[in-house]
Amino acid sequence: MAPNVEETLLEVKDVKTHFFTDEGVVKAVDGVNLSLRRGQTLCVVGESGCGKSVMARSILRIVPAPGRIVSGEISFRQRNGETIDLAQMNPRGRDIRSIRGREISMIFQEPMSSLSPVHTIGSQIMEAILLHLPVSRSEARKRAVSLLDLVGIPRASEQLDAYSFELSGGMRQRAMIAIALACEPQLLIADEPTTALDVTTQANILDLISDLQADSGMAVLFITHDLGVVAEIADEVVVMYLGRDVESGDVDAIFHEPKHPYTRALLQSIPRYDSRDRERLYSLKGSVPHPFNRPGGCPFHPRCDEFIADQCNTIDPGRYTVGGDHSVRCLLYEPSAAAQNVGASEPPAPAQNVGATR
Amino acid sequence: MIWYIARRILYLIPTLLIVSVIAFLVIQLPPGDFLASLISKAEETIDQAQVDALRERYGLDEPIYVQYWKWISGIVARGDFGDSFEWNRPVSDLIWERLGLTMVISLVTLAFVWVVSIPIGIYSAVKKYTIGDYIVTVIGFIGLAVPNFLLALVLMYVAFRYFGQSVGGLFSPEYIDAPWTLGRALDLLSHLWLPVIILGTAGTAALIRVMRANLLDELSKLYVDAARARGLSELRLLFKYPVRVALNPLVSALAWVFPALVSGSAITSIVLNLQTTGPLLYRSLQAQDMYLAGSLVLLVSVLTIVGTLVSDILLAWLDPRIQLQ
Ligand SMILES: Nc1ncnc2c1ncn2[C@@H]1O[C@H](COP(=O)(O)OP(=O)(O)OP(=O)(O)O)[C@@H](O)[C@H]1O
Ligand code: SF4
Ligand SMILES: [Mg+2]
Repeated sequence: MAPNVEETLLEVKDVKTHFFTDEGVVKAVDGVNLSLRRGQTLCVVGESGCGKSVMARSILRIVPAPGRIVSGEISFRQRNGETIDLAQMNPRGRDIRSIRGREISMIFQEPMSSLSPVHTIGSQIMEAILLHLPVSRSEARKRAVSLLDLVGIPRASEQLDAYSFELSGGMRQRAMIAIALACEPQLLIADEPTTALDVTTQANILDLISDLQADSGMAVLFITHDLGVVAEIADEVVVMYLGRDVESGDVDAIFHEPKHPYTRALLQSIPRYDSRDRERLYSLKGSVPHPFNRPGGCPFHPRCDEFIADQCNTIDPGRYTVGGDHSVRCLLYEPSAAAQNVGASEPPAPAQNVGATR
Repeated sequence: MIWYIARRILYLIPTLLIVSVIAFLVIQLPPGDFLASLISKAEETIDQAQVDALRERYGLDEPIYVQYWKWISGIVARGDFGDSFEWNRPVSDLIWERLGLTMVISLVTLAFVWVVSIPIGIYSAVKKYTIGDYIVTVIGFIGLAVPNFLLALVLMYVAFRYFGQSVGGLFSPEYIDAPWTLGRALDLLSHLWLPVIILGTAGTAALIRVMRANLLDELSKLYVDAARARGLSELRLLFKYPVRVALNPLVSALAWVFPALVSGSAITSIVLNLQTTGPLLYRSLQAQDMYLAGSLVLLVSVLTIVGTLVSDILLAWLDPRIQLQ
């Protein structure tokens, strides 16, 4: 569909989004990098609270107050070939509004509450169409019916006049997808779209997204904490921890040659694929620190099994490339340290619980 | 929707029945029958034939349910509410104009309350924790705290001193007993602002808080973010989604705001000397003018019930979830 499928669509560079609350600054996103090519699926994984949603919202510039992007760049290549920096746009302005819903759409974690309780499904789909496309109301209505059909909602023309409370969770998420696809966006951001659904529905929605993506060639930024889902749909993976990308690379590299101690711990703790229980997913020691209480040095050091004393707690690791587009933020892979730590590609010997000093 | 309305109207019938029984009991409340007090209060002796005629008319010698039946069927069939012995006139002569004025004042006050409180509530929710929001909050609390009668006295003084208006009452002296003309209507309007502000202030302050809280709740809902993510502009977004949803509880508040206005206006009406039902009810109770009192209780209750019905229907129309329940 696109002239060059490998073309970069979205590039997020060192974005920081902070919340300036009365109690202090919450660094929800504190330097995230990712890049996404046309037609690709990028999965963002990480524990609850690591800033996945805030990162996704930063792209569309819908971060709620008192949060704002404090630095970084979000380059997005528009349909007309022009590349723009979303981070520089006025979040209430006309420019970003012409991107939202038209070039980039988003579906949210809670299908129960992402639809208006007092408007019909149809009116919300038609709103998205009429906002961006030069069509009449009756054309918009026809298009809305075919969209509902496309996302597998039965009796589409009747359901157009249904209210969200008349639909099941799965049907609501389908309706949300229909709204998101209304103007054939180049990028779909899906923020844990299946977390609130039961396992069967979850699988159906995932299949639906993959099918739609195959047909339309849009790129998908998929946020999840379910590594089973990642294995199934991802081309590229970004692992986030405390507002940062700690490791990123293509799906094979991440699953077969994980580098970062956090990624390894995540992978070791995958239970069965169909488990939806967050608590059982990770057997990492300790828990995510309170956002006001960010550890210095490497933010992961209090929980890390491979903690290097006097280094990890003082030096903030940079991003080190470990082959292809596989990069990792961990001092074990710092080029000058590689000699001391025996080859970086070999998993370093697990150290004793040195990290427990904190 | 039709079925919903039909069902609500059906529920109305037993409610009205109960209310009418209560109003009738009010009439029966004082010891002895009212003829006794009529005779005792009358300046000249009433001849026996007249007493017998009244006795016959109200069925005073008959069992209580027959009396009730005579009373209620007279009202429903002929609009005959009985006589007020204090005024020596049929109750129906006395109440209609006052009831009309009460309605006018209450509805205008309600409109005033909404027109003022909704935009201010929206403003203070959208601009929460700004100077503007704090100012609104402080004024709102003052509005809630100042008693109506005090506000009435202050505003009457201001109206008299600075606008030279004849204060008290709803009409200038020359229009009080005049028939309805354009001039009388305009005169009414020029007097209306005072009671409307006095009666509406506390309600306005309360509704600003309600609107602000509702809207703050709605503004953080995901459907608002979803609509924003579709590319809707902030202003259209605000009015189409969260404001719309936040209004629903305000409409249901109609059900209690309206009766509170009708009954709560009594003291203010006395202070302002308004020709509404409040002072009339108050006086009729003092004078044990029971047919008048009972009729007023009945009519005000009926108005309240109808107000509730209207607010329920309005709410069902605004919020599709209601009809399902
Ligand atoms: N409105 C806000 N005000 C202050 N802090 C916020 C706000 N929204 C999010 N945060 C903070 O940002 C951090 C990241 O939150 P975010 O919702 O992005 O996590 P997440 O990775 O999406 O988690 P989950 O998997 O539970 O959805 C959290 O520590 C949270 O406390
Ligand atoms: S930098 Fe140190 S603490 Fe951080 S992940 Fe690497 S080894 Fe662990
Ligand atoms: Mg989230």
